[in-house]
Amino acid sequence: MDIMIIGLLLGGTYALIALGLNLQYGVARIMNLANGEMLVAGGFTAFWFYTAGQISPLLTIFIVAPVAFALNWLIYRIMLEPLVKRAKTRGQLEVDSILATFGLSFVAVGLMLAAFGGDYFNYSFLAKPVTIMGDTYAQNRVAAFVAAVIICAVLYGWLNWSRSGLSIRALSVSPESARLVGINTRSLSAVAFALGGAVTATGGALVSSFLTLDASAGIAFTLKALIIVIMGGVGDIRGTIIAALLLGVVETLVASLIDPGLTLAAAYTLFILILLFRPQGLFGRRPT
Amino acid sequence: MTMKRRTALKLGVAAAAGLAAPRLALASDVVTIGAVAPKTGPLAGGSNVSHWPNIKLWSTQVNEAGGLNVGGTRKMVEVVEYDDQTNPGETIKAVQRLATQDKADFIVAPYGTGLNIAAAPLFDRYGYPQIAVTAITDQIDSLSSKFPGMFFTLGSTTAFASDVVNVLSKMRDEGTLTGNRIAMVNVADAFGIELAAAGRPLFEKAGFDIVYDTSYPLGTQDLSPVVKAAKAANPNAFIAWSYPPDTFGLTEQAVIEDLKVEAYYTAVATSFPAFGGRFAAAAEGILGAGGVNPDSEAFKAYAAAHEAVTGAKPDYWASATTYSSLQVLQQAIEAAGLDRDAVKEHIRSHSFDTILGDMSFKTHNNNEKYWTVGQWQDGVFHGVASTGRDGAKPVRVKHGWS
Repeated sequence: MDIMIIGLLLGGTYALIALGLNLQYGVARIMNLANGEMLVAGGFTAFWFYTAGQISPLLTIFIVAPVAFALNWLIYRIMLEPLVKRAKTRGQLEVDSILATFGLSFVAVGLMLAAFGGDYFNYSFLAKPVTIMGDTYAQNRVAAFVAAVIICAVLYGWLNWSRSGLSIRALSVSPESARLVGINTRSLSAVAFALGGAVTATGGALVSSFLTLDASAGIAFTLKALIIVIMGGVGDIRGTIIAALLLGVVETLVASLIDPGLTLAAAYTLFILILLFRPQGLFGRRPT
Repeated sequence: MTMKRRTALKLGVAAAAGLAAPRLALASDVVTIGAVAPKTGPLAGGSNVSHWPNIKLWSTQVNEAGGLNVGGTRKMVEVVEYDDQTNPGETIKAVQRLATQDKADFIVAPYGTGLNIAAAPLFDRYGYPQIAVTAITDQIDSLSSKFPGMFFTLGSTTAFASDVVNVLSKMRDEGTLTGNRIAMVNVADAFGIELAAAGRPLFEKAGFDIVYDTSYPLGTQDLSPVVKAAKAANPNAFIAWSYPPDTFGLTEQAVIEDLKVEAYYTAVATSFPAFGGRFAAAAEGILGAGGVNPDSEAFKAYAAAHEAVTGAKPDYWASATTYSSLQVLQQAIEAAGLDRDAVKEHIRSHSFDTILGDMSFKTHNNNEKYWTVGQWQDGVFHGVASTGRDGAKPVRVKHGWS
């Protein structure tokens, strides 16, 4: 039982890491390789607020989210929209956006190095045990999990029941037809990209309370997020959440019952299995 | 040429030009010191604490004192820096560039065991002395016979593992360690694997019983299964051959799980000021790799200058050794001039006065006096075991986590 809970807590963390990328890749069609840097930047901000003013990361996210939204909106409008305009096919946009955001990730690492230095940063926030059903867990992980659940629920509800959310889903399913039914794909793509960035930065602020980060730690998160998004199915929030939880549980099961050294192997085995049997991802649609 | 470079700078075209542009003084007035180490990538967190600040501190101090004394004339030191992104390929390219393009007079050894070994053939080919600091290996003898200009300052893998075993054996003899049960974990990376392999037989030989023995991948995001399983094995001592992010992660989980042990050891980064800052009272009694004698006047003066020049505190291990390695280089240059072979020969045959005490490389190019185990005591990381350094404190037993 405790293994399941640890696994779910870890899965919640993974969901926070991957949700933003799914919005950016699945809806805005931007394969954002600078996603991890946005996460680290969110973490930095939380760290800074906590050490300078003892402001809880749970409150910092209300600052981080809008700032990250604005920043990502600008990045999309200034840097990525020209690529979208000139791309003739989706494949070309993918290549262009990978190259552009790969470059962006270096710029982001450089800026963070200049601003914060290259030291490891972490802080002690809710690093206390909490007992759930007779076993102890870290409060900060539980808090991040609860936040992840709330973020997922809000995002899911918004995408399914609000007009703008439905438009975003339409855009994700079929960008061409979305234009035909009067959806402003340009501005909506920017919103989806910005929203993805905001979710990622919020995730960063939350995970910084229990992970040790440094300016160049972002790439590890980008890779993890990429695996989860592809496993879950590009463009589907449910898929990302399920894949993240599945990955968390599998890694923890292997670490606890077999050997912690095999967690990476287990994660990639799961990845390969899913790709073999459902190449489009758990919730992805088969390309027609 | 100068104009060209300035124009290039203004346009912001090439970062490489930016690095070369400040070198406007005539080559003969300055001693060019090349430096390549991670500023980004997985090892950047460590090198930005232990490595780069010391190069800055040393060059600032040398220049403030009027420069290096080379054969009676004072020459200013100029540092050319490259980021190798923790990528051995980049380290090699940068060393090559420093040797051929920047015409560096000397090159500071890179950061990390792997990157040092990767760069060793090039240091050797271009004839540079390589006073390696953060290169902990059991291959010191063979490496130094293959690359006669490669020197070692921080010690060997076996020495680190065996001193941990010695510290625990002594605690057992004194009765502060009340049993033989050891939980040992390691990061599945060259450093952790080597130390675990060296430690395993040593623990068994000393009569310890390894009740939990596992590895975890570098970058593991949740170490709670590891700590939970270690706790379930009910050990008297917990030993982790760990790297910076997991040193923090394991310790946080140990606090949360209230891991009850009489000795708790984590390896790299335990000596970082950030570790003491992060865990505060919980850090009390934690053992870790390295150490210094923080009460020595030389270290105190060094730490004060480090903070004044770089704005950060030095760590309690590799920082002071990195600085000492630069002192060795400086003293050798001032004694033997800019001829690199003469400098190498001088390093091999002489003894140097550093902030850690005397340092010499007479056997296998290896400095045989170094700190191996330290412990957080009253908010400071004190050396508790060394191979011949003065000022070791008695080891304390770990009393809980608050």
